[in-house]
Amino acid sequence: MFGVFCYYYSMAVIKVENISKHFGTLKAVDDLSFEVQAGQVFGFLGQNGSGKSTTIRMLLSLIHPSSGNIELFGKSIQKNRDSILEQVGAIIERPDLYPYLSATEHLQLFAKVRKQKIEASSITSTLEKVGLAHRAKDKVQTFSLGMKQRLGIAIALVHNPSLIILDEPTNGLDPQGIADIRALIQHLAKEEGKTVFVSSHLLSEIEQVAHQILIIHQGKKMVEGVTKELLDPEKRIVQIKTTNDELALASIRTGSFGKYILARKEGIHLKLPTLEIALLNESLVKAGIAVLGIETKNSLEDYFLQITSNA
Amino acid sequence: MWSLIQIELYKIFRRPRTYIAFGAIAALIVVIQLGLKIDGDAYAGFLMKDINDTLTVDGKVLNGYLICYILLQLLLVHVPLLVALIAADMISGEANLGTLRLLFSTPFSRTHWVLAKFIAASIYTILLLIWLAFLALFVSMWIFGTDDLFLMKSNYVVLIEQGDVLWRYVGAFVFASFSLLTVTSLGFLMSSLSSNSIGPIVGTMSAIVFFTILSTLNIPLFNVVKPYLFTTHMNNWKEFFDIKVNLNNEAIRGSILNIPKIKTSLMVLTLHIILFVTASVIIIKKKDILS
Amino acid sequence: MQPKKYKNIVCYFLAFAFPLFLSVNLMAQTDPLIEKVSQKLAQVNDYVAEGVMKTDVAFIKASLGKVKVYFKKPNLLKVKKEGGISLLPRGGVSLTINTLLNTKQYTTIPAGNQVLNGKNLTVIKLIPTDDNLDWVISTLWIDPIEALVYKTATTTKENGSYEITMQYGEYAKQGLASKIIFSFNTKDYKLPNGITLEFGDEDPTAKQKALKNKKGTIEITYSKYTINQGIPNNIF
Repeated sequence: MFGVFCYYYSMAVIKVENISKHFGTLKAVDDLSFEVQAGQVFGFLGQNGSGKSTTIRMLLSLIHPSSGNIELFGKSIQKNRDSILEQVGAIIERPDLYPYLSATEHLQLFAKVRKQKIEASSITSTLEKVGLAHRAKDKVQTFSLGMKQRLGIAIALVHNPSLIILDEPTNGLDPQGIADIRALIQHLAKEEGKTVFVSSHLLSEIEQVAHQILIIHQGKKMVEGVTKELLDPEKRIVQIKTTNDELALASIRTGSFGKYILARKEGIHLKLPTLEIALLNESLVKAGIAVLGIETKNSLEDYFLQITSNA
Repeated sequence: MWSLIQIELYKIFRRPRTYIAFGAIAALIVVIQLGLKIDGDAYAGFLMKDINDTLTVDGKVLNGYLICYILLQLLLVHVPLLVALIAADMISGEANLGTLRLLFSTPFSRTHWVLAKFIAASIYTILLLIWLAFLALFVSMWIFGTDDLFLMKSNYVVLIEQGDVLWRYVGAFVFASFSLLTVTSLGFLMSSLSSNSIGPIVGTMSAIVFFTILSTLNIPLFNVVKPYLFTTHMNNWKEFFDIKVNLNNEAIRGSILNIPKIKTSLMVLTLHIILFVTASVIIIKKKDILS
Repeated sequence: MQPKKYKNIVCYFLAFAFPLFLSVNLMAQTDPLIEKVSQKLAQVNDYVAEGVMKTDVAFIKASLGKVKVYFKKPNLLKVKKEGGISLLPRGGVSLTINTLLNTKQYTTIPAGNQVLNGKNLTVIKLIPTDDNLDWVISTLWIDPIEALVYKTATTTKENGSYEITMQYGEYAKQGLASKIIFSFNTKDYKLPNGITLEFGDEDPTAKQKALKNKKGTIEITYSKYTINQGIPNNIF
């Protein structure tokens, strides 16, 4: 209900402000901020080890942030953990389950930790939803990785949460399984009005379902935007290298090209209509900044691969 | 909270490992009972060698009560190791399995989960003890019958009347439950420190063995620390079977020689339990769940 | 454990509860006082005695226990503790009065009179004439007026010395004691910690006890005798 309330009032279901997490000298997440609106499918992209799971664990209060604030449903997760998690369903990384329990027993077990009573029929329908009804009574130790993944999703859904956090939900699934999960995510958002936060290391998996995409690398936000815009074929991603990137960035920000900035890494990355590339070059030259090169990317995929491939 | 305890108990008793301890205790007890049934007179004769020089003992010395005492002497040293098998796996086992993050992302605080897990492990421990009591006491009473309890201690002999024995066993088992719960809480603490199963189990067993050795060695250096070791106090269930005598050297029915010793031991064990569990809660609350 | 052997021991020991019951006929020829004692004892064909037994040995903690003692002529004796383990002195096997006197292989030596607990008693010593016997000397303290034996002391070759003291009350006319005290020497008792699995502090009273002399006593105080009512043989 609270999720629906948030939706109508356009509140952010997830609001992350400047969170960082250090493990010794390692910065797993570095000053990350983003918002997820109610009813959205939010794609959280990054390579393995980029800080996705650490961020998700912080959202679920499994990891304490070194700094920054996290709000879910408009409340601080630190202060209102229990009431918030009542409305959240999640799978985190691998689908680790109890090998000696069956699929039904898993759902019965996790249904018990919810305040509202969960009917047996709801357990059955959840298993049907993830395509596991035929193996309901089999022990998990006989399950394939894909089946475990489906059961993990079922556990996340069994209590009908408003916010569903799925960390790499298609890991271990075959192409049909991936398509099924994709359809399920779309169904959850469109038909049931749920907010879905889904992480992946593959853009191709996310781009078809996510309204919004955030790409992180080495714990830092690289790109955030509406999927449609990021994938707009009319716009090109360009990487500009200048003699003074800091000055160039300041100049772009103050001008009309500021809205196209994607990231600052080995130059400046922008996504802008093809026709405006020449205008951008011209404005920089006018500002007295020597442009060393402008490289255009063919797709978001290329861009994603580039920023995440070389650290 | 009750639902969490139910969940934890459900998981404990769905695991095959749980029944190893029950099976091991049953096997050990049956083997000892069988041995004593077949060759118990020789064993009793060996124990009573010194007494037989002076006195003849008429009656059923090797009765169920004495068998139970012998069994407890032998087993209460080893049962802690079986308790560690489950207790030390309660948190780390789930961390290792990866299910801890599932539990800790439910709308119950970590403190709730840790306490529920500890209570479930404690219930397992108590059930193990009840199983031990059933086999060691009641089955022995059934096999060997009952009579006065003729206890041969290191320096003297205690003859406790039949009607004065059973309540002492109740006391001894209650005391033993505190001993074993101390082991449970130690295993639990170890479990909260690790993300793999084997480490805490081996760690708990090693700690028990190490401290037991310190407690039993009569070396002045160790005697200083002995009163503070839980292992020193764990064996004081035996105090329920020592009896006061009056000025005429007549044993006083229903008396216990050293009640303060029992109280002190219970206090030390309880303090250990509180300390270990509190430490576990604090550690888990502060811990980042990375598994 | 050898139950039959212990039965014998118990029987022999408890013979003192009904002292000199067989000595009557056997000793009569040798000593007029023993003849008198024997006549008194001859009145009893059987009895069941109820009493309380107390074991006082330094290394033993035992409570008082109710016992029943059964006797039937000529020499049947049985002690039954009411549901429990009884501790009886060892070594009395061949040293009870009946066995001493049954042998007839002794000589009696009058040893004068002695005052014991305010009573003037006649002392008679028995010395075995057969070298194979286990005992070397036995002394009896007898009240010449009442014809009651108040004390016996026997020295053995292997099992030390034993003393039996008797007190009389309501059943003195039949020569039955109201209390008997069996005193004997005890040996050291010690079991290794490795066997008892006791590693803690020692009992603080243990050392104190060790200082006590190593004399052990077992007392039976009789509260009631049922005499000549007949006892079936299967009791024994």
